[in-house]
Amino acid sequence: MTQQLSAKPMSPLAEFWFYFSQNRGALAGLAFVVFIVLLAVFANFIAPHHPHEQFRDAILVPPVWAEGGMSQYWLGTDGVGRDILSRLIHGARLSLLIGLLIVTLSLIMGICLGLIAGYFGGFVDTAIMRFADILLSMPALLLAIAIVAILGPSIVNSSLALSLVYLPHYVRLTRASVLSEINKDYVVSSRVAGAGSLRLMFITILPNCLAPLIVQATLGFSNAILDMAALGFLGLGAQPPLPEWGSMLATAREFIQSAWWVVTFPGLIILLTVLAFNLMGDGLRDALDPKLKQ
Amino acid sequence: MLYFILRRIGMVIPTFIGVSLFAFALIHLIPGDPVTVMGGERGMTATERAELEAMLGLDKPIWVQYFQYIGNVLQGDLGTSYVSREPVMSEFLTLFPATIELTVCAAIFASVVGLTLGILAAVRRGGLLDHTVMTISLTGYSMPIFWWGLLLMLLFSVNLGWTPVSGRMDVIYWIDEVTGFMLIDTLLSDEEGAFTAAVQHLILPSIVLGTIPMAVIARMTRSSMLEVLGEDYIRTARAKGLSKRRIIVKHALRNALIPVITVMGLQVGLLLSGAILTETIFAWPGIGKWLVESISRRDYPVVQGGLLLIATIIILVNLLVDLMYGVVNPRVRHSK
Amino acid sequence: MTNDKKLLSVNNLSVTFGTGDNPFTAVDRISYDVDAGEVLGIVGESGSGKSVSSLALMGLIDFPGKVRADSLTFEHTNLIGLSENARRKITGDEIAMIFQDPMTSLNPSFTVGNQIMEAIEVHQGGSKKERRAKAIDLLQQVGIPAPESRIDSYPHQLSGGMSQRVMIAMAIACDPKLLIADEPTTALDVTIQAQIIELLLKLQREKNMGLILITHDLALVAEAADRVVVMYAGQIVETGPANEIFKAPRHPYTQALMNSLPESAEGHDRLKALPGVVPGALDRPQGCLLNPRCPYATDRCRVEEPGYYGPEGRQSKCFYPLDDNGRPTQ
Repeated sequence: MTQQLSAKPMSPLAEFWFYFSQNRGALAGLAFVVFIVLLAVFANFIAPHHPHEQFRDAILVPPVWAEGGMSQYWLGTDGVGRDILSRLIHGARLSLLIGLLIVTLSLIMGICLGLIAGYFGGFVDTAIMRFADILLSMPALLLAIAIVAILGPSIVNSSLALSLVYLPHYVRLTRASVLSEINKDYVVSSRVAGAGSLRLMFITILPNCLAPLIVQATLGFSNAILDMAALGFLGLGAQPPLPEWGSMLATAREFIQSAWWVVTFPGLIILLTVLAFNLMGDGLRDALDPKLKQ
Repeated sequence: MLYFILRRIGMVIPTFIGVSLFAFALIHLIPGDPVTVMGGERGMTATERAELEAMLGLDKPIWVQYFQYIGNVLQGDLGTSYVSREPVMSEFLTLFPATIELTVCAAIFASVVGLTLGILAAVRRGGLLDHTVMTISLTGYSMPIFWWGLLLMLLFSVNLGWTPVSGRMDVIYWIDEVTGFMLIDTLLSDEEGAFTAAVQHLILPSIVLGTIPMAVIARMTRSSMLEVLGEDYIRTARAKGLSKRRIIVKHALRNALIPVITVMGLQVGLLLSGAILTETIFAWPGIGKWLVESISRRDYPVVQGGLLLIATIIILVNLLVDLMYGVVNPRVRHSK
Repeated sequence: MTNDKKLLSVNNLSVTFGTGDNPFTAVDRISYDVDAGEVLGIVGESGSGKSVSSLALMGLIDFPGKVRADSLTFEHTNLIGLSENARRKITGDEIAMIFQDPMTSLNPSFTVGNQIMEAIEVHQGGSKKERRAKAIDLLQQVGIPAPESRIDSYPHQLSGGMSQRVMIAMAIACDPKLLIADEPTTALDVTIQAQIIELLLKLQREKNMGLILITHDLALVAEAADRVVVMYAGQIVETGPANEIFKAPRHPYTQALMNSLPESAEGHDRLKALPGVVPGALDRPQGCLLNPRCPYATDRCRVEEPGYYGPEGRQSKCFYPLDDNGRPTQ
């Protein structure tokens, strides 16, 4: 500690990395996320088979280490002879893309609404926050199911539904940060210097509210993946034959008595991915929260 | 105290109005209008159609329709299922006890296990037990419960044969429905072994449904206990020469529970929505399964009514939690 | 000195925090005695270890803090080496403590009556009715009006002064022989401070308790204490009867403390103060701990740690104790 006191101050990024890298769980989470992202990006090269290809002569083949396993199907095949490993790898691409879509949509809408509510206050604020409160009083999955019930089951509709469901978290966070920043001297001086509303909102205030939003977005990723899989499992999300992790489990239920591998692997990868994002999110929160840095 | 209660109740009303607007909008937003859906494949003549619209009140302005809808809801009329032709309310009431039974058992599991683990972890901070609890909690929190259910089923039902695979009761028993709660009804009936069978059916679904709330409660209890254990009044209690046990159980826990109770209340919503998944996995005949099936059957009155009822229950439970919060925390009770 | 009056005898008490090669020494080999019915003032700046040493007396130092002492003798019992249970029987019963901030030191979830009765229940037992009667009597003794109704109040319904009175009632509930008051008035309004001190001293006389009064307020000590211990950076720098210390301090640090009192500045332009701050965990100097701030420091002070000089009961930790004119002896 004494050496650091005398050394020149760390850049914000280096300081962030210093705190983040001390959290072993967060590092493990980050490593797994990087691994999954690589799988998703290079799915076409890594996956041994096409995710939809049905090998009629290899139905319900167990994993390679089990009795009766075949070396070309590492994790076995499902009820119509598709390679489970390939489906999982392509499923990673699907899940991450959907997660990204959901988080981006709700983040952008949430930031805009939150900035408007916090910046203008008054009736607009009350209306937006009431709306957010009503959405928040419902459990995410229930609300998503309701919206999908209106729009009809599909992967796009359930993504839209989940974006809407997560919206209030971002609205609240942004608004709270705006309210704590708006009366600080740097905002006032910028206003006095003649900055317009839009400039004040997006260029002056927003960058100072980013830390909690980044944390929430990371945790939002894990929620999105988990809830999307749940919708897929209920048949309200991705429709067959898409290799979505949740819907893979929905069709696997009938094999629970006979083929454990069909049931086990998709869930395991959901658990690990969600866990990784949660660990990373916790680590980010600790590293970005100046109150805990002492 | 009365003022406190009234203020909390007042805050609930706008939320309820919002939820009812949402439920009302649902039937007007679905692709294709309900009358056509009701007409089914055969279609209908223009006169029939107009009659039906008039009967459903669809010819009136939309705000009149909303007030009619609210009026009906307040009288307990939630419409009729397209599929079974039964009133939505009576279907709901038949199925609801099964969901309550499952949710309550899951809540008990989550609270008992979560609180115990959280307290133990806080007291043994930094030790092996603490790390184990934190790992369990983090894993539980990230658990896709539909998979967790299948996994437990694979282990305990398929491989070990300890618990039945699905459903609420074995078909060999005939249980008269008295309360609708299987645990009570089996005790009231003369069937031997029926109660044990009911418990066996209930164990896995309760654990599965309670896993995420358990993780959340354990985590919250731990951090809340750690915070409270550092307070000045704990030092005072120790300076009085009280035993460790008494300090933890009386002085620390009482204060640490205040935020935990709020979190527990928030879990009720999660439990009810989690019940949708759990009931689907275990073929549990409750409102969650009913709702999912109605969506796939496009039975909109059921979807609309079911959502409204579940939402109302969640709102009421949250209100109840708020009021309990006032009982536990004297500072809230006395604030004006 | 005869031993029959001796209530507490602290012998080479040290408290360290942290593990590894360089633990932080919060209290450094301190020794002092408290006689029955005596008021001992412990004075020092914040961070001088005065609170930590009293927590150590109560057995309230937790891991990673470590308490060591040759002996902590309370009424012929060595507290060091007692089992946790035996220690607890004395804590709160024969030795009691009140703390700095009464508003946070009372449990917000229980009535004050409940918290007072608990102390009686644990150490003396008795029926609930007796305990309640005793609690009301205690509230009366500490000057709380309408104790019959106040007993059912929650802490947040009381003012700071009232809360501190409740804390005192709780501490004297089992008629302790030794009461430790750690900055009992610091968190209170100035107008209330005098009342609380007056109450403490009145109870001390009536019950013939030993009282350790820990404070940074020299004026208070001058008024209330029989004997004084001055602490600096975890060490005792001077001990002696209160009137002697204030008349003629022997240690430069005590002198500096007294020069910083507003009364001492009469006739001068401004208050005198020592330059610098109390050394922390990482910058403890070699030799005498005060040497970087001491106006009289010599080369010897910078190398060698001074021992205690002076007659029994009137000692100072300085190579060159000050004479009656406040000049260092050579």
